[in-house]
Amino acid sequence: MSERKLAVQVQPKDNVASIFAEVSAGDTVEVMARDGSLDAVAVHEDIPYGHKVALADIPGGETVWKYGESIGIATKDIKRGDYVHVHNLDSARARGDWKE
Amino acid sequence: MEHTFWGYERPDGKVGSRNYVAIVPSVVCANEVAQAIGNQVMNCRPLLHHQGCCQLPPDLDRVTDTLASLICHPNAGAALIVSLGCEGTDVDRLLEAAGQSGKPCDIVRIQEIGGMANAIADGIKKAQRLSMAISGMQRRETDLSRFVMGIKCGGSDATSGLASNCAIGYVADRIVDAGGTVMFGEVTEFIGAEHILARRARTPEVGEKILKIVSDMETRAKSLGCDMRKGQPTPGNIKGGLSTIEEKSLGAIMKSGSRTIEGVLDYAEMSAGRKGLWIKETPGREIEILTGMAAGGAQCITFSTGRGAPQGFPILPVIKICGNPHTYERMVNDMDINAGRVILGEASIEAVGEELFQKLLKTLSGEQCKGETIYYSQSMDIYCTGPVI
Repeated sequence: MSERKLAVQVQPKDNVASIFAEVSAGDTVEVMARDGSLDAVAVHEDIPYGHKVALADIPGGETVWKYGESIGIATKDIKRGDYVHVHNLDSARARGDWKE
Repeated sequence: MEHTFWGYERPDGKVGSRNYVAIVPSVVCANEVAQAIGNQVMNCRPLLHHQGCCQLPPDLDRVTDTLASLICHPNAGAALIVSLGCEGTDVDRLLEAAGQSGKPCDIVRIQEIGGMANAIADGIKKAQRLSMAISGMQRRETDLSRFVMGIKCGGSDATSGLASNCAIGYVADRIVDAGGTVMFGEVTEFIGAEHILARRARTPEVGEKILKIVSDMETRAKSLGCDMRKGQPTPGNIKGGLSTIEEKSLGAIMKSGSRTIEGVLDYAEMSAGRKGLWIKETPGREIEILTGMAAGGAQCITFSTGRGAPQGFPILPVIKICGNPHTYERMVNDMDINAGRVILGEASIEAVGEELFQKLLKTLSGEQCKGETIYYSQSMDIYCTGPVI
C-alpha cells in the first residue's frame, strides 16, 4: 500500500468521506472529490480502514450525506476531522424502537 | 451475435450453464434421503431446504412454487423429486411442473416404499438412470438473449459500493443492452435508496410497487419494536465501515447498473422470457436470495463482497468479485475477480467490469468459478414470511 492516506468523497454534497487506509489521530488524509480535486483534512481520532471522516462540522440532529443522499442523523455535534460511525450517526429507517 | 456462450438447450427452450440432476426434497423431512442419493450418484445436486410442513397456506404455496421453478431450472438436465408422503407441499404440482419442463424426471415416495433404506435404494437407481440419460448432452453456442443473470452482494463493506458493486452494475448494463435478463434483489437493502430505484421504473405503477415492497419489508422489521441495526447492517458490515442501513443500501443498489427497471418478480417466480432489468423480491440473506434468483432462472450469479463471503448454490456458478484489496489477498482461493484494484487506483470500474464480463461468458460455457471447485454447493433455503405452526 502507498504511504498516502486517501479518502473518497462520492458526491459534492457529501459531508463525510470514506478512508481507504488505517488512520491515526493527527494524520492528514487526502480527500479525493468526484472531479479528482484533493482536499487535506486533519483527522482527530484513529479511524479504521473503510470508515468515515467528517468533511464539515455537522451539528447534532443534522443529516449526514454520502452518495449525495441521507445516510442518517448525527446524534451529537460532529467537527470536521472527526470519526463518523455508529457512536455519532444513527439510522432514521426501520426504527421499531422509536415511538411514532 | 457479438457475445455468445455455450450452453445446454432444454426441451422448454431454456439454456443451462450446467447439467446436473437436481434432487428435490418436497419437505425438510426428506432431506436425509435426498442427501444420501446425492452422495452416491454422480452429477447429482440435492436442493436441501427446511420448509414444506406446518406452515400457513401462503408459505406452503411459496414452497411449492419455488421448488417447481427449481425443477424447471435449465441447469437441471433432469430432476428427481423426493417426497415423504404427508408434506404440506403440493407434490402433484411439482410433478406437473416436471412434466411441462419436458426433461427426464422421476419421484421417490418414502412412506409408500417403506422407509429410509428402501427410499434411498430406490432413489439411487432412479438418479443413476437420470444421470446416465443426460450425461451425453452437448453444449451449443447461443447468444446473451438466452441468459438470465442474478446479482447479489454479501459481506459488504465500504469498498463494495465504490468498487465491486459498480463493476457488477457495468456488467448488468452490458447484459441488458445485449437483450438478456438481469435480476437484482435484497429488498431490505433498498431501504433509504428506494426513491432512486423508483425513479428508474418503467411505469409509475412499477415505481409504486418498488416503494410498496420496501415499505412492507420495513414494516416487518419494525414490528419487533427494536432498532434493525446489527440485523441490518450486520456486525460485519458495521466493522467494515457501513454505519446505517441507508449507507449500505445506497452502495448496494450500485450493482443494478443504470438501466430502466421493468418490474418486480415474486420470490418464486420464473423470469420466463422477460427481458431487461428486474427486481426479484428477496431478503438479503444469502441462502434465501440465491434460491430466489435460481427460481427466477438465473444460470449464473455475480456476487460482490468486501469482507469475504464464500457462498455458492447447489446448481449455480456464483462468481465472486471482491471490492476490498486486503480481503482479496487473504481469500484469493474464494474470490474470482479483484475489484480492490479500483480502490487502489490501479484500474477503472469499466476495466474491472469488463474482466468480470469475460469471466461470466467463460463460466456460462463451463469454466468453473472458485466456489464451485471448492464445492460450496449444499446451502440453500426458501424464504417464508409466516410462522412455523
